[in-house]
This record gives sequence, C-alpha cells and structure tokens, in this order.
Amino acid sequence: MSTHHDPSTDVTTRGDGALPERFDDPGLHEHRARVGDSDPKANKRAERQVVVLFTISILGTIGAIVAYALVPPGETVGTMRLSNLLLGLGLFLGLAGIGLAAVHWAKALMNDHERAEDRHPTASSDSVRVKAVEALREGAKDSAIGRRGVLKGAMVTSLALFPLAIAVPLVGNLGGGWDVSQSKRTMWRRGTRLTIDPSGRPIKASDVTIGSAFHVIPEGLEETEHPLNEKAKAVVLMVRMDPRDIKSEQGEGWSYDGILAFSKICTHVGCPVALYEQQTHHILCPCHQSTFDAADGAKVVFGPAHRPLPQLPITVDDEGYLVAQSGFDSPIGPSFWERLT
Amino acid sequence: MKALAARRHHRSAPVVLLLLALLLTGAVYAIAQPASADAAQAAASESDVAAGQKLFQANCATCHGVSAEGREAVDGGAGGPSLIGVGAAAVDFQVGTGRMPAQMNGAQIQAKPVQFDDEQIAQLAAYVASLGAGPSIPSEEQVDPSKGDAANGMALFRTNCAMCHNAVGAGGALSQGKWAPALTDTTPTHIYEAMLTGPQSMPVFNDANITPDEKRDIIAYLDEQRDGSPGGLTLGSLGPVGEGLWAWVVGIGLLIGASVWIGAKSS
Repeated sequence: MSTHHDPSTDVTTRGDGALPERFDDPGLHEHRARVGDSDPKANKRAERQVVVLFTISILGTIGAIVAYALVPPGETVGTMRLSNLLLGLGLFLGLAGIGLAAVHWAKALMNDHERAEDRHPTASSDSVRVKAVEALREGAKDSAIGRRGVLKGAMVTSLALFPLAIAVPLVGNLGGGWDVSQSKRTMWRRGTRLTIDPSGRPIKASDVTIGSAFHVIPEGLEETEHPLNEKAKAVVLMVRMDPRDIKSEQGEGWSYDGILAFSKICTHVGCPVALYEQQTHHILCPCHQSTFDAADGAKVVFGPAHRPLPQLPITVDDEGYLVAQSGFDSPIGPSFWERLT
Repeated sequence: MKALAARRHHRSAPVVLLLLALLLTGAVYAIAQPASADAAQAAASESDVAAGQKLFQANCATCHGVSAEGREAVDGGAGGPSLIGVGAAAVDFQVGTGRMPAQMNGAQIQAKPVQFDDEQIAQLAAYVASLGAGPSIPSEEQVDPSKGDAANGMALFRTNCAMCHNAVGAGGALSQGKWAPALTDTTPTHIYEAMLTGPQSMPVFNDANITPDEKRDIIAYLDEQRDGSPGGLTLGSLGPVGEGLWAWVVGIGLLIGASVWIGAKSS
C-alpha cells in the first residue's frame, strides 16, 4: 500500500476534513452495449454457440444411455472403470451443456439493461398491527384462561406430556445398552485360550518367536450371541520380546517367557491400537499418536492417552497352548468407564 | 508485489490461479510418488557360499562383523546386528530391495537402487544361510498371486497389516520419523520374506501366525490392488488428505471460476 494520499479520491482529507452529511446515490453506471447488440453477426454467433452447447448436452445424454447399454461394468477393475468413466462423462456433458447454454443465453442474448429495485420495509402498517393485538387479546378474554385454573393446568400438562410419546420409544429402541456393567466385562476368563484373529486357531507358546506380533481373540468368540460386540471389547495384541528387555509389567508373572498380551483398545478414545514396532517395543495408536511402551507395562510414553493399555495375564495350559490367567484387571477402553467403577 | 496487485483484477486471473494450483498439485504428486523398488529373485545354491563370504567381508563386515557376529555401534560409528540364523530370506529381502548395504543413518534404513546383481545376492544369501538355520527364500509357487484367495487375504491384511501399511497397502507413518513403506511396487517374494523375517520396525509373522497359504492370500490381495480402483483415480489411497486437496483446490476452484463467469458481464 502506498502512503502517498491522492486528495481527489481520499474522502477524509477533502476540503475542511469533515465528512459530508449524506453520500449522494451515485446511481447505476453507464450502460455499455455488447458487441452483439449492434452487430447482428455477433448476435447470430452467440445464438449458434448456445445451440452448440445444447447439442453437446443432447449428445452427452445419448452417450450416457448408449454407454449404459453397451459398456456394462463387467467383472474386472478395468471394465468397471471404463463403464464409470463413460457414464460419468455422459452425465457431465448432459448437465454441463444445459447449464452453460442457459447462462450463456442469458448473458449474451437476453436483455442486459441494469435495473434497480428499491427495498421496502417488511413490517405491516400500524393499524393492521393494532388490530392483530386486539384480536389476540379478545380471544384470550373469551377463553377465560385467567379464571379457569384447572382447565389451564390440564392444557399445559397435555402439551408438556405429548413429546414423551415420541421420545420414549426413540430412546427405548437404542437397544440393550442400558446395562453399563456389560462394558466392564470382557470374554476373558481364567483358562480362556488365546486364538488367532480371524482364523480362531489356538496358539502354542513355542510358536511365538521373538519379534512376533499376534492379533488375538478369545476362544469361542464366534459362538457368542453378539460376536462383534464381544470382539470389540476383547481384542488383544500379543507380542514376544527377549525377556531381558522387559523393564516392568502390570502384575507379577503376567507374561510367559517374554510373551506379553495387551488390550488392543486405546485408553484414550478407544481406537484399535496395534502398530507394534518390534525394535523399540512401542505400540502406536494411529488416531491420536498415543504411544505405549510394551516393554514397560504399556506405559504411555507419548500422546493424549492417560493410562497404560490393560495387560491380560497369560500362562500356558497342559498342552502348551496360551491361556488367560484371568480377565483384565483394569477396565479396557477409554478411561471414561474407569470413573464409573 | 505492486505489479501483482495491479494484475489481480485481470479477467484471466482466476483461470491463471486455477492452472497454477493444478500444476502445483501435479508437481507435489510427482515428487511424493514412491520410487519403484526394482528387485529380482535369486535362487540360493550351496556352491556360492565361498563367493558370498568374500562379498560379505568386502561389503557388510564393517557393521555386521567379519563373521557376521554383529557389532555394537561405538562412538557414533556403524554397528549392525548379528546375522547368524537370520536366514537367506532376510538377506534376499534386505539386499534385494536395496536397503542393505545401508548408506546413511536416519530414522530407518531406506529402500534404494539395488547394489548387487541377482547372482551376488544369491551368493550372499547362501553364505548367511550357511551360518545358522533360518527362514529360506520362498519358492515361485509359494508367492504366486494367482494361487491365493484374495478375499481371505483381505481379512488377514486388515487384521495384521492394514494398521501400519494402510488398507490397500499405500503405506503410513509410524512414530519418531519411521514409516511403513507402500507395498504397491514390492515384489511378491519380498512381501513374503518381510512377513517371515520382520525387517526393522515390522514384527515377525511366522508360519504359525500366518500360514504359508495365508501369506499367499495376502500377496493375492495386494496384487489385486495394483489394478487400481474401479471408482477411478485413487489419489494415493491416503483418504482425506489427498481427496481433500482435490476437493478444495480443484473442486472449489472450478466453483469459483464458474461463479466469476456467471457474474461477469458479456462483452
């Protein structure tokens, strides 16, 4: 911006420095004729352009129908893509042609003289307003609402109660989610086998090599009434590291020979946290970058989570398969549930 | 700036700006596209052990020790883990994708142009495999995408891989500057070897966790993704970032252009 003021355009420095009382309405600026207004050839050309645009639309629509009939989506990605492309192009040309033609028609061929429309107050006239207030007052007097107390009470009660007819079924249909304690328990019990997600194969401790990450579901998950609900709570990430790397655990003897199992539900807002980096033993949550140190009792080392991922105490059964010693010791998932206990 | 300010009301300014934005988008995409990792498969042969040892001592011993016993990093110098028992698969993956020999320190070792030819990689793999038992290089049949079940592969990929490598294998960020690379150009053999050996941050997925057949299913699923998306451009399959960029720059740009055109007087 220039600091040099031009006195002819700068209102504040004009004359004695005072603002004028009112700015005059500058009115519409001078009408500038289009080429097509004086030159019939240009007018004809604009008309042809509009016709061409409408023709493009017609061809696009026909093209879309032809493409639908002749180029089915088929079985491969290539044919689906071609079918989508042709249908989309046809639709685009069909609609864009109409839109462009309409705008071009209005701009180049229709009357383009500027017009001003004054704004008027929207309120009704004073006499009409006085009459309306009078009618309302008369109605209230006629109903005698001020005197008949029981009638007034009945009316207010019925009006206040009616929304319940909609609200109660609406809230009631939210399902069986009213038993809050459901969210505190998972499927894990003493002796529940750890199995591979999604195949459900049980896991032998000897099969878990150092550096491994297993995604684990409890045995019998598919036989439950709501497998997905149970899975959402019970999923576990199981890793194995050199036992000498383990700095701490959430409970004495909760791991087995370097094999550790943690809830896969982030304690921040419940995202599945499973990005395990086997060299640093960090478990990273992809949603908000909460990072847990699997070698140090899943302690939070970075990010917004407030408490460690609950550790699942594990051991092996007689056949060498990994089983849970018990359920989770602390609530899984967002820390909200912890406050309810 | 004055010249720019004078021209910003020019009638072609919106069009010029839109073209510049498109050009920028294209340039950013071209730069951000991952370089293709050209890798070749090698078949190990025991007669190559001696040749592999020579190659190893010339190229790898600085970090991994003269007999691959590993070496601690001292005073900022190079150090590397022991390679006894890592198997031929680890060598074929690390050298075959150009990650080894490593050229510089950083958050993680990067894939780069391969330094050795197929025969040399096979000799190195044979030497390291001779040091101790470890996973071997998978056969052609084990990694053949046409023999795998892509639907089952998707279920396995979603459970075990997608959190780091993205739902279609486009790659993603890890902590502290590390990242999970895109799998779009990785050969089936290298995908198999990576699952088997767990390079760098990646955990190991041994044959008890993901069976050889299931590994082939995953390869089949990733192979399907290479045909692209039936919906059209994938925009990198990175979700809201790529799609949002297009919607805001191209989509809103076109809307602005259209409203400027509709509002302008016909000449």
